[in-house]
Amino acid sequence: MTDLKKDYQKILASVQKPVIGEAGKTGTWSRLKPVIDLEKCIPAKSGKFSCFNCWLYCPETVVSREIPPKINLEYCKGCGICMEECPVKAISMEEVKYE
Amino acid sequence: MVNVLDIVEDEYIHPGTRMCAGCAMALIYRFALKALGPKTILTVPASCLTVLHGMQGFCTTKLSVLHTPFATTGAAASGIVSSLEEKGLADEICVVAFAGDGGTTDIGIQALSGAAERGTNFIYACYDNEAYMNTGVQRSGSTPLGAFTATTPGGKTRPKKNMPKILEAHGIPYVATANGSYIFDLYEKFQKARDIKGTKYIHILSACPPGWGYDPKDTIKIGRLATETGFWPLYEVFNGKFILSKPSKKHLDASNRKPIEEYLIAQKRFKDIKQQDIDNYNSFIEAQWNEIKRRLENQ
Amino acid sequence: MNVSGKNVVNSKKKVKILTGNHAAAYALRQARVGVMSAYPITPQSPVVEKISEFIEKGKLKARFLLVESEHSAAAACCAASATGSRVGTATSAHGLMLMYELLPWASGTRLPIVINLATRSCGAPWSVWDDHSDFITIRDVGWIQFMCEDNQEIYDTNIQAFKIAEDPRVNIPTIVAYDGYILSHTMMPIELENQEDIDTFLPPLNHHINLSDISQVKGVGPVTTPNIIKRKEGTAPGYYEFRYSLQKALENSINVIKEVHDEFTKKFGRAYGNGLFKTYKTDDADTIIFAMGSVSAQARTVIEKLREEGLKIGLVSLRLFRPFPIKYLREFFKGIKNIIVFDREIGYGYEGVLSYELKAALYGLKNPPFIKGFIVGLGGRDVRSEHIIEGVHKSLELAKKGEIIYETEYFGLELDELKDYDEQEFLKGGGK
Repeated sequence: MTDLKKDYQKILASVQKPVIGEAGKTGTWSRLKPVIDLEKCIPAKSGKFSCFNCWLYCPETVVSREIPPKINLEYCKGCGICMEECPVKAISMEEVKYE
Repeated sequence: MVNVLDIVEDEYIHPGTRMCAGCAMALIYRFALKALGPKTILTVPASCLTVLHGMQGFCTTKLSVLHTPFATTGAAASGIVSSLEEKGLADEICVVAFAGDGGTTDIGIQALSGAAERGTNFIYACYDNEAYMNTGVQRSGSTPLGAFTATTPGGKTRPKKNMPKILEAHGIPYVATANGSYIFDLYEKFQKARDIKGTKYIHILSACPPGWGYDPKDTIKIGRLATETGFWPLYEVFNGKFILSKPSKKHLDASNRKPIEEYLIAQKRFKDIKQQDIDNYNSFIEAQWNEIKRRLENQ
Repeated sequence: MNVSGKNVVNSKKKVKILTGNHAAAYALRQARVGVMSAYPITPQSPVVEKISEFIEKGKLKARFLLVESEHSAAAACCAASATGSRVGTATSAHGLMLMYELLPWASGTRLPIVINLATRSCGAPWSVWDDHSDFITIRDVGWIQFMCEDNQEIYDTNIQAFKIAEDPRVNIPTIVAYDGYILSHTMMPIELENQEDIDTFLPPLNHHINLSDISQVKGVGPVTTPNIIKRKEGTAPGYYEFRYSLQKALENSINVIKEVHDEFTKKFGRAYGNGLFKTYKTDDADTIIFAMGSVSAQARTVIEKLREEGLKIGLVSLRLFRPFPIKYLREFFKGIKNIIVFDREIGYGYEGVLSYELKAALYGLKNPPFIKGFIVGLGGRDVRSEHIIEGVHKSLELAKKGEIIYETEYFGLELDELKDYDEQEFLKGGGK
């Protein structure tokens, strides 16, 4: 253990290292979460790497660009942009339980 | 134009930031960093972006950033560039300043102008949410006509400062406008700017749910309306040549532009806007597009 | 003879006749600064011009950012330092005040920047002439502050300043001040050291931040909160801890400052007292004049005359203003009966800053000395020998009576010559 009273030079400038969830579990900010209807979702339905508007327009980097797209509900703030921008209306905002 | 699969899959921002739900700036930053890649040093003045980066000890962004006082962005970037030049790393590492509209059009304009005049080799990006959002929505030089803010309770009586034009007047090689709702266009502009030597300026309209007064889910739609109404045209000025960007091309024909009311009505900040201001918007948009036409014809 | 006690005329080293500003420029060049960023201001401008010339002629391999204001100069210095370069600059008065926002930023980020300050009065009204007002305005921003007395000391202190600022036990930005015009524009012979010797004394900077190393991702200078932050990834200090560390390092920097000074003396043969203050004829003294910079230089010239009157008087010329060398001053002033302080500035609303800081430093000494302060030479007015002599006489009389005067007292004011002055008459305008 360092004694910072003596080793005060270990505290020099305020610096940061990258972490996930800097603001905590931001998933708690909203009750409503996006749910993807895989029957409608273009990549899920076609099996082709296309569309991904939900991934594209997510300001929180919680959607993955895979088939089918997955949403990290732990950090999703529930803004609803993905629902609005889905061209086939495959996403709805619902109360979901997640771990 | 790029498509969804051309875009780098790597993310440079970890989820779980302090940004409001539906923040266009977070989306803009996400794509700008993707376009810039890992060999980038950022500098950020006081703004919402400072908050996005996180508090002491822990940050959200996987690229190095130097936080700098409000008025200093252009100068801080110049200092980083000089140091990299001294170390022979200037061609390898891209220096990018990212500031809000207050930090750019108001308090930071001098440092930015100085950096541009010196031909500093860096990208300056302004995300323009049209007020001091981080301090609770006060007017900035970039707040548009008629908009309510905490310091313009009766609506702003002056139009927004045309910052891209001011930067163009510095004779720098690259000036572009962008919009958080046109992600591909924005991505391409950052990629292009990265490879140009000299000062590059990108001014990005950034919709703000709490500041503008709309539901967070509508961020992309509202931003799009700014361009679709002809109010916020997307263009580049590359080595003096004016290039109208793809999303704005059809708006050369006035009949393809949506009425400005659609954009204004969708936002609470314009709820008390006067007819006279709407008329002013219309004449501004018309004049703006006449100028664009002239520029396209005369080059 | 200069204040280090050397007679440069007989020097075997390379001697150049330089102004104070050019002495600073030569020192910055020999310290091998990597980035300079500056903005011209009277009376500092010749530093900027000389550095430009060095770079133009290829004598200095540095990047010189000629920015559009001192605010930007200081910001660029901070950024270049955080990117890992050795950084220096120079300014005066309004320039320093425009830099002000960045000064606690630099110390709070522990950036070892060196600023040269050619001192000048702070407006209004405009005055380009010398006093120490600008120097004292930054006493609370967490910088190490030196005041020099001649041009050799400017050169020597700059070389020492980089070594002190960059010492891992310190990491604190440093300011090297010298009187505007009186030193900045006055030529004196200066011993210049060989580059190889300077290079051994001052090795290349190993910066604790170095943003240019992009293999290590970091945010520098983010928002801090009132409390520490604990996460599973680690625990991060809050604002209070950073500022504690700065103060602690400043307090302990005195040891490094002395050490670097002694090493310098050993290597180059020039000494400035104990590195913290210089003494002149103090061995048998019971009365001391306490001052800094040009005021000390003036006081030196009258000590002999006062001694002829039978006074046991000497001079203490303060070199290190921040951190204030309390311990060493208390030790030195034990048994001294009288101290007369001459301040070339005012701590407005109180008195001369050196005067009140010395009083605070000597608080609680047994048989404390009688301390009396005077203001001299504001806005470039001459500090004359008779001011010092009169001050000493007056102070000794007061000491005899044990009388304390609360009002600030001055020398060199010419109020008697202004009996017919009336501002209202000037405002009415002329041309009747």
